[in-house]
Amino acid sequence: MKYEAVIGLEVHVQLETNSKMFTRVPCGYGKDPNSLTDAVVLGLPGALPVMNYEAIEKSIKVGLLLGCKIADTCKWDRKNYFYPDMPKNYQISQFDQPICEGGEVEIEMPGESPAVMGKHRIVQLTRIHLEEDVGKLTHFENDSLVDYNRAGSPLLEIVSEPDLFSPEETFAYLTSLRNSLIYAGISACDMEKGQLRCDANISVRPIDTEKLGTKVELKNLNTISGVKNGVEYEIKRQIKAIEAGEEIFQETRRWNPEQRYTTSMRSKEMAHDYRYFPDPDLMPVKIDKSWIDKVKKELPEKPFDKQRRYMEEMGLPYSITSALCPDFSLCEFFEETTKLSNDPKKVGNWVVNGLLRELSASREKGKSISVKDSPITATHLAQLIELIEKGVVSNNVAKEIFPEMFSSGRSPEDLVKEKGLEVKSDQNEIESLCSKAIQEDPDAADKFRGGKEGAINALKGLVMKATRGQANPKVVDETLRRLLSK
Amino acid sequence: MSEPESSPMNIDYVSNLARIELSESEKKKFRSQLGDVLKYFEKLQEVNVEGVDPTAHAFPCFNVWDQDQVKEPFRVDQALQNAPQSRNDQIVVPKVVEE
Amino acid sequence: MSSAVLLEKTAVELSDLLRNKEITSEEITKAFLKQINRIDDQVHAFLHLDEQDFLTQAKDSDKRRAQGKSLSPLDGIPVALKDVISVKGQPLTAASKILENYISPYDATVTRKLKEAGAVIGGRLNLDEFAMGSSTENSAFGPTRNPWNLNCVPGGSSGGSSAAVAAREVPLTLGSDTGGSIRQPASLCGVVGMKPTYGMVSRYGLAAFASSLDQIGPFSKTVEDAALLLEIISGHDPLDSTSFPTEVPSYTQKIHDPLAPCTLGLPKEFFGEGMDNEVRNSIEKAVEFYRSQGHRIVEVSLPTTDLAVPVYYVIATAEASSNLARYDGIRYTSRSNRAKNAVDVYAKSRGEGFGEEVKRRCILGAYGLSSGYYDAYYLKAQKTRTLIREDFNRVFKEVDAIITPTSPTPAFEFGSKSDDPISMYLSDIYTISTNLAGLPAISVPCGFTEANLPIGLQLIGPAFNESSLLKIAHAYDNEHKFGCVSPTLAKE
Ligand SMILES: [Mg+2]
Ligand SMILES: [Zn+2]
Repeated sequence: MKYEAVIGLEVHVQLETNSKMFTRVPCGYGKDPNSLTDAVVLGLPGALPVMNYEAIEKSIKVGLLLGCKIADTCKWDRKNYFYPDMPKNYQISQFDQPICEGGEVEIEMPGESPAVMGKHRIVQLTRIHLEEDVGKLTHFENDSLVDYNRAGSPLLEIVSEPDLFSPEETFAYLTSLRNSLIYAGISACDMEKGQLRCDANISVRPIDTEKLGTKVELKNLNTISGVKNGVEYEIKRQIKAIEAGEEIFQETRRWNPEQRYTTSMRSKEMAHDYRYFPDPDLMPVKIDKSWIDKVKKELPEKPFDKQRRYMEEMGLPYSITSALCPDFSLCEFFEETTKLSNDPKKVGNWVVNGLLRELSASREKGKSISVKDSPITATHLAQLIELIEKGVVSNNVAKEIFPEMFSSGRSPEDLVKEKGLEVKSDQNEIESLCSKAIQEDPDAADKFRGGKEGAINALKGLVMKATRGQANPKVVDETLRRLLSK
Repeated sequence: MSEPESSPMNIDYVSNLARIELSESEKKKFRSQLGDVLKYFEKLQEVNVEGVDPTAHAFPCFNVWDQDQVKEPFRVDQALQNAPQSRNDQIVVPKVVEE
Repeated sequence: MSSAVLLEKTAVELSDLLRNKEITSEEITKAFLKQINRIDDQVHAFLHLDEQDFLTQAKDSDKRRAQGKSLSPLDGIPVALKDVISVKGQPLTAASKILENYISPYDATVTRKLKEAGAVIGGRLNLDEFAMGSSTENSAFGPTRNPWNLNCVPGGSSGGSSAAVAAREVPLTLGSDTGGSIRQPASLCGVVGMKPTYGMVSRYGLAAFASSLDQIGPFSKTVEDAALLLEIISGHDPLDSTSFPTEVPSYTQKIHDPLAPCTLGLPKEFFGEGMDNEVRNSIEKAVEFYRSQGHRIVEVSLPTTDLAVPVYYVIATAEASSNLARYDGIRYTSRSNRAKNAVDVYAKSRGEGFGEEVKRRCILGAYGLSSGYYDAYYLKAQKTRTLIREDFNRVFKEVDAIITPTSPTPAFEFGSKSDDPISMYLSDIYTISTNLAGLPAISVPCGFTEANLPIGLQLIGPAFNESSLLKIAHAYDNEHKFGCVSPTLAKE
C-alpha cells in the first residue's frame, strides 16, 4: 500500500521589538544571564503586565501580509502549566480570540532544474496568535540552570492547517513563510538564535483515503534542514509501524538532530489540562478599520508577487529572480540600483552574479557582511553599469575591479582612473594600432578582403592584445573595416 | 454544556494539576469539605444565563498599552536576591524530568 | 502632649498639629512605637517592624517641614501596610511560609505614592495567608487578636490592618479587599474601612489573590481620615492595565460640602435570616439617623444576592489558583529540601509552604477551570457575575447609596468557623457582591453589642463616585464617631 503524509506546522516567531510583550524591559539575545528581567519578567508578587503596542501592530502587519482576517477584538488568556522556564507558571497567550484567523502562504516546489520555476500552491493557515516567550533552560548532569532573559519576549504563533503533504512541501512552506516575515520586517527569523522555532503535527494515511491518521506532535525542529529531516524521519517511522501492524499513538515526540531519530516525550494520557481562562490583568484589544488601513499602507509587496513582477515587467529570468526575491534587502538594493541605471536585466545580473557572490564569500571568510552594509553602494553599481554602457570600460575590466570595489568601498570611477583602465577610444592611436595589425597579419587581412568575415577577429585580437583589452571594441571594428576596404 | 458530576472531585488529579502535594489526611478532609462546597455551588446551575455575556472585567476598557520604549531592567543580583539556589547568575533547578 | 493623647488623635488632627508645629513626626512615631511595643504581643497585628527605618522616615519628615517643604497633609503621619503590598527592601510574606524569606526588590504604586506624600511607612501587618480568609486565623505566623476581645477574631483577611488601627498602634493602615477583606475586619474591630471602585487604586505591587476583584483601601478611625488616605493612593497608574483612567477629586474637600437630601436603598434580600439581632438594631438606628436628616429611605431588591457567594468562590479561587502558581520554590520562594526533581520542587514546596485554606482554594480553583468543568463553573460564574452587576446598575438608577450591615455578626471566637469553610465563606455574604460589581463600599462603625463588640454599617455607592459615598458616610460618622472610641486594651 502507498501512504501519504499529512502535516500541519506550528511556527513560533519572536517579534523584533525594543521591549518585552508585557513590560518595558529590553529584549535581547546573547546578553549576560538574567540581566533582562524585572518584577514582571520574574513573576514577582504584585507584578502586572502592560501590553506592548508595537508587538500588536507588528502582528497585524503579519496577518495582513498573509491574508488573514484581523480580529475586531482579541483578548488575552492564561495558559496554565508548570515549567521552570515559565516564571508565573502560566503563559499569557490567546486562546479563543486570536489576533488573526485564516490566511495563506504561497509555496513553490523545486523545479526540474535551478533555472526552471517549480509548481506553486497555496497552503491554508488556521490562525495566528500573540503570546509571551519563556526563559531558557540549560541541562547539566544533575541539574538545570534557568536564564530568564528571553522570558516575556513577544512571540507570534502561526498555525497552519494540516495542508502539507511531504517533507519537501514542509520545507517550502517554512522557507516561504520565513521570507514573508522578513519582508514584513517583524523578525530576522534567525533559527540559530531561536527567533524562529517549529513544531509539526504529522500523520500518515493510505493514499486516496480521506480519514486522517493518528497525529504525532514533533518538537525541536529548530533548523530549516532539521524540519525537513525530522519530518521525513517521522513519516517513515509511522509508515513502517503501520506496515508492521503497530498502532500509532497520539503523543509528542522530539526530533534528535544529532542522532537523527525521534523519541517519545509524553503520551496523550498525560496530556496537559491547560485551564485556559481570560487574563483578568489585561484589557482586550480592539482593532478598527483605520488602524488596519494605516498598517496596510506599510505592507511590503509579497515575495512571490515581487518575483512575478520582476519577470513579467522587467523581463528578468527566473534564475535571477529566484536568487533575488527570497532576500528582501537584496531586492531593495536591486530596485535602488535599477532606479539609477534603468537597466533591470543588467542590474539583476550584477546583483546576483557579482554582489551576492561577494557577500557569500565574506560569510565564508567569517566576516558576514549583509546587503545593508555592502561596501558597494547602489550608486557605485549604477556607475559601473554606466561605465560599461558608455564604453569607458569593458565587461572584463568591470568584472576585474568588482571585488576591489567590494573590499575597498571605492567608486568604480576612482578605481578605473587610478589604474588607467579606461577603454582607449583615441582615433589616432587606434588607427595606428590597426594599421600595425594589418601589417603583422597580412594573411588575415587578405582572407577578410576575400570575403571571409571571421578573419577580422584575428586582427581585433592583435589590437586588443596591444592595449591590454582597453581599446573600445566598436571603434576597433569600425577602424579595421575602413582600413581594409581601402 | 457539561454538568459537574455529583460525586466529589478527583482530588489526586486536581492536586497534581495544581502541583500541591497533600497528605492522606488532607486529601480525606478536602474530599469531604470540597464535596460540600461543590454542592453549595450547585445553585449556580439553576441560573438562566442564556444570551448573557460573561464579565471578565467590572469596567472593561480597550487598548491599554505602552509605547515600545525600554526602561532599566533589574541588576542581576537584584533578580537573584531571593533565589533559593543559584549558580553562574542563573537559577538552579533539580533535574527537569520530561513527563 | 502625652503619647496617650496622641494615640487617640485622628490623622487629620495629627496633620493639623504637625502643620501648626505643635508636635513633630518623631514624637508621633515614637508614641505609636511605644504602643506597638506595649501591646502588640497581645494583638499580634504586626508581622515585622523596622523601628530604625520608621524613626528615620519620621525625622526626614520633620526636616522637610522645618525647611517648609512638606509634601502633603500626610507628611509625617505613620501608615502601616498589609503584608501583601510591596515596599522595596522590606519583607513581603503574605503571611505564608512559602514567602518567609522574601524581600521585595521594588515598591508598589501605592507605596510610591505614600512615599511621595511623605507618609512614614512602617510595619508589615498580619493577614489570612494570601488574603484568603475572614478571621486572620489563616496566618502562617499566628493569628491577630481583636483588641476589643482577645478571644475573638479581628475579621479578615486584613485583620492586622484593622486591629492595628483599633489598638491605636498606628493611625492609618492599608489593606486589600477581594470579597470584604477590608470592610469585614473594619466592622469587627470598630474602625472605618473602605474598598474603592475597582480600578481607582493601582494594584501594581499588591500580591494578587483574585485579580478581577482585588482593591487596596484605607483603614482609619474616621471617614474623614479614610478620605485623606484614599486621596493620596488613588489615581490612574500606567503600570496597572486595569487602573481606570479617571480624575481623582479632592475627597477631603468634597467631604465638607453640604450633603443634599439623597435616596438610600435597603436591599430586602440583605435583611433576611442569618443576621444577628444586635447588628440589625444598630443598622436600623443608623437608618433612622439618615431619615431624621431628611434623606429618603427606600426598599430595593437585588435578586441575585444569594448567588454572590458561589459566584465569588468560583471566580476568586480560579484566579487565585493561577495567581499563586508562581509560588513554586524555583525563583524566590522557599524550596522543599525533599525535592529530587523539578516536579517535586513544585508539589513539595507548595505542599509544605501553603497553609490549609490556600491549598483548599487553589485546588478548588484549578478544578473549576479544568477540562470538562470550565463551562459549568467558571464560565457560568462569569455570566452570573454580569447579572449581579446589572442588578446594582438598576438599583443605582434609583438610589444614591445602598445601606447594609457589613457583617451578619459581630466578631466571633477563634476556632468557631475554621473547620467549616462554608460558614466562614458566609461571613462575607454582605460584602462579596460589591467586589463582583466592582463598586465602592465603606464600613463605618455604628455602635456596640451588649458584649462591647463593635458593629459596622456598610454603604455601597455607584462606581467611581467615592466622593458622594464618602460624603454620605461622613454625614453619619461625623455625628457618631464610634471609630474614635478606644478599646480598654489600647488605653494605658
Ligand atoms: Mg501551540
Ligand atoms: Zn505557542
